[in-house]
Amino acid sequence: MSFRSAVITFPGSNCDRDMAVALEQVSGTAPIRVWHGDADLPDGLDFIALPGGFSYGDYLRSGAMAAKSPIMQSVIAAAGRGVPVLGVCNGFQVLTESGLLPGALMRNAGQTFICRSVALTVENTQSLFTAGYSAGQKISIPVAHHDGNFFADDATLDRLEGEGRVAFRYAEPCNGSLRNIAGILNDAGNVLGMMPHPERAIETAQGGSDGRALFASAIKGLVGA
Amino acid sequence: MSEITPSIVEAHGLSPEEYDRVLNALGREPNLVELGIFSVMWSEHCSYKSSRIHLKKLPTEAPWVICGPGENAGVIDIGDGQAAIFKMESHNHPSYIEPYQGAATGVGGILRDVFTMGARPVANLNALRFGRPDHPKMKHLVQGVVAGIGGYGNCVGVPTVGGETNFHPAYDGNILVNAMTVGVADTDKIFYSAATGLGNPIVYVGSKTGRDGIHGATMASADFGEDSDAKRPTVQVGDPFTEKLLIEACLELMATDAIVAIQDMGAAGLTSSSVEMATNGKAGIRLNMNNVPCRETGMTPYEMMLSESQERMLMVLKPGKEPMAEAIFRKWELDFAVIGEVTDTQHMVLEFNGEVVCDIPLGPLAADAPLYDRPYVSPEEYKAWANVAPLGDVAESADIGADLLTLMGSADLASRRWIWQQYDSQVGADTLQLSGGDAAVVRVHGTSKALAMSTDCTPRYCYADPYEGGKQAVAETYRNISAVGGRPLAITNCLNFANPQRPEIMAQIVGCLNGMADACRALDYPIVSGNVSLYNESKATGGGSAILPTPAIGGVGILEDSSLMATIAFKGEGQDIAVIGREHDDLGQSLWLRTIQGREDGNPPPVDLAEERRLGELVRDLIAAGDVTAVHDVSDGGLLVAVTEMALAGGIGADLLPLTTAQAYAEAQGLYVVTLPDASVLAQRGIAARVIGKTGGAAIVANGATIALADLREANDSFFRNWMES
Repeated sequence: MSFRSAVITFPGSNCDRDMAVALEQVSGTAPIRVWHGDADLPDGLDFIALPGGFSYGDYLRSGAMAAKSPIMQSVIAAAGRGVPVLGVCNGFQVLTESGLLPGALMRNAGQTFICRSVALTVENTQSLFTAGYSAGQKISIPVAHHDGNFFADDATLDRLEGEGRVAFRYAEPCNGSLRNIAGILNDAGNVLGMMPHPERAIETAQGGSDGRALFASAIKGLVGA
Repeated sequence: MSEITPSIVEAHGLSPEEYDRVLNALGREPNLVELGIFSVMWSEHCSYKSSRIHLKKLPTEAPWVICGPGENAGVIDIGDGQAAIFKMESHNHPSYIEPYQGAATGVGGILRDVFTMGARPVANLNALRFGRPDHPKMKHLVQGVVAGIGGYGNCVGVPTVGGETNFHPAYDGNILVNAMTVGVADTDKIFYSAATGLGNPIVYVGSKTGRDGIHGATMASADFGEDSDAKRPTVQVGDPFTEKLLIEACLELMATDAIVAIQDMGAAGLTSSSVEMATNGKAGIRLNMNNVPCRETGMTPYEMMLSESQERMLMVLKPGKEPMAEAIFRKWELDFAVIGEVTDTQHMVLEFNGEVVCDIPLGPLAADAPLYDRPYVSPEEYKAWANVAPLGDVAESADIGADLLTLMGSADLASRRWIWQQYDSQVGADTLQLSGGDAAVVRVHGTSKALAMSTDCTPRYCYADPYEGGKQAVAETYRNISAVGGRPLAITNCLNFANPQRPEIMAQIVGCLNGMADACRALDYPIVSGNVSLYNESKATGGGSAILPTPAIGGVGILEDSSLMATIAFKGEGQDIAVIGREHDDLGQSLWLRTIQGREDGNPPPVDLAEERRLGELVRDLIAAGDVTAVHDVSDGGLLVAVTEMALAGGIGADLLPLTTAQAYAEAQGLYVVTLPDASVLAQRGIAARVIGKTGGAAIVANGATIALADLREANDSFFRNWMES
């Protein structure tokens, strides 16, 4: 059964091609490319990806304007119906700005852009996205962001932890994120936002392939092996 | 129109003799618009008037060169119907005045030079020179430049994968920011700038024109006075978001057959783009200035023609293609305006409010452009002026290990991680090797081949001996590309010098260019694009301080099979460490001499070009055959520093045979360090090599000293951390 996915491109997205390549490499089927101005998503999607980049130049606030674009209303509706949505980096920022995920991503604590491979701890192995990892597994995935400092109030953080919705944690402090949170799930478990870029860690030539299992487990969970 | 007075002429940077040429070219007095156009077209930045006759000496041809200097960027064939398109350019003066925007718009400008020819940019590199770290302005300049390079490149989504950064007091008042972009295009989809086709529409796309950057090219052609801060309004402001949209829109339009010619609006904006397009097409051009998209109301034709607003392009379209092209640019939310047409008059005519406000014959504008054979002193006279002391006696190092720790923590050898972690080096997901090794390696998307790229120059060598320094800059890129397994193909250059009206500075220019030309010929490694930045000296620091001659070279090579790429990191314990090439026993101009002994004396290490070529081929063969596990060339710091860098990269130490100070720290040229399980393989293959030790442990062991890798790493990492946190 083929895997029907979509990658959304906003003006200023710059990891949309990389996300599409990763999805095609792992699933064998090229995703549909969707433009931000489109009002409707293609029918029958198994998976939606919001890629990294600088949507609308990150002017105003990272992800804030993309969250109001026509296509996001369709993405929000699809997420409500249970369609899996993965937001990476700027995609994570769009997810928090659009209310699909709690919290906010502020400027890095060190004030500078950070690009390097970071060690992550897999905290949740029950979700569609993380079932391919083992509990507590240490993986290495690159980050590349200026605004990845995750913030939420204590009650929200406690709830995220209590409900097992912290998907990934930085093994060492990276950008000032509270409780070293690198990626979180929504309460239904079908929306994942994360700052690290799994689509940049698909093959060993890229310096590591620890991101591959994320796509592989999602695809396996959705359409079978 | 106001009358042109001598003071107006002087304010436009034209000498009285050059103004006479204007009068001669026009056969009458110019108006202010025309004077402005002459002034920017005849600026050093646009006309190369002091360097042109010497640039002609550089070899620019090889069977794989598709387009050499003269277009927006150079183009080389990389096989399979694909081309690499690349160039390096300076943004020195703006970056000293406003480091963030100066560096950012430098990146934006060089990106446009590359994608205007039809290439998708795949890699950014840079070459940065700063003054002494304890100069009161320097931390601010470094932070601003690095943030600006990252701020632009990261947003546009082109990985910044390599570069070099040096520090020397000669740059205290005049830092250098050179940016390089490499792109990939199909060989049958390369776009040039020649405007042809009588009546074809001339189209303006991108951002609106504002009042920023007016006379930037003229500023870049003058040395800094005390009032450089007052020149801030001539620095442009960049918008990488618009640039990203412009890249996508241009590439989308380029996939159709609508474009006749295209040129970005860089230095001197609409003036140089329209003059160059018409001149290259041997045509004429007529523009209606009322149609130029403007950011503010009330802008005059003079301001529109001289504005250096960023993210703008000029195109000639095939007739009837305007609606289709406009739809693409509107989709990307960019301005699109037909502002004129191609004519056959060989004049540039500008109309505004129904009146002709400029009518310049293009031939004389180019043909009568000033060309100077500026006087220069002989190599002997230069040597006397440069006053480099002979090396004389050098005492052996008192403590080779302590010296190593000092060197690894020194400004010029410290890890640049603080810098390159601020650049997105991996967007595109094709980066195979990034900063910290010998050359950056980026896979050609969707193929198994990869481009290897390196920027290099050793200014202290160029100062001590311009000819040898020019050779060395070219040879080092050749060596760095070979050390990852790449076949060097061609170079771009960015020639940064001080005031060419001083015969000693002119001698540096001529010497460096002669050295570069000889190296390019010997290595079959032509120059396909470049940029010249003169007048890099500043009175701001208290009197006529010239930069070191800095002819930065950017080299590009190809790995046919990227899976065979070599890296500098030690791969295993107990492997033989061997050197291939000629060792050097002269510490002249070495970083050890400067850092430990406090002297900048002696001759730079000489480069044997025939040997360089032979060794490069040999090392590439060893890598391709899988005979070596790690490769690194010896450069700044010498052999012991090279071995230490390999050890730190691999997290594995080395136990070395006894070394003299010169063996440890002389900066031999054409010397490679390799590791392999058993060095006897080299002898069996008839390769002269000397085994210098074995990998293993967690320390560098040399001459009885044991220097822990942890201490070396701390020294190497602490320089930037301590400086930036202080």
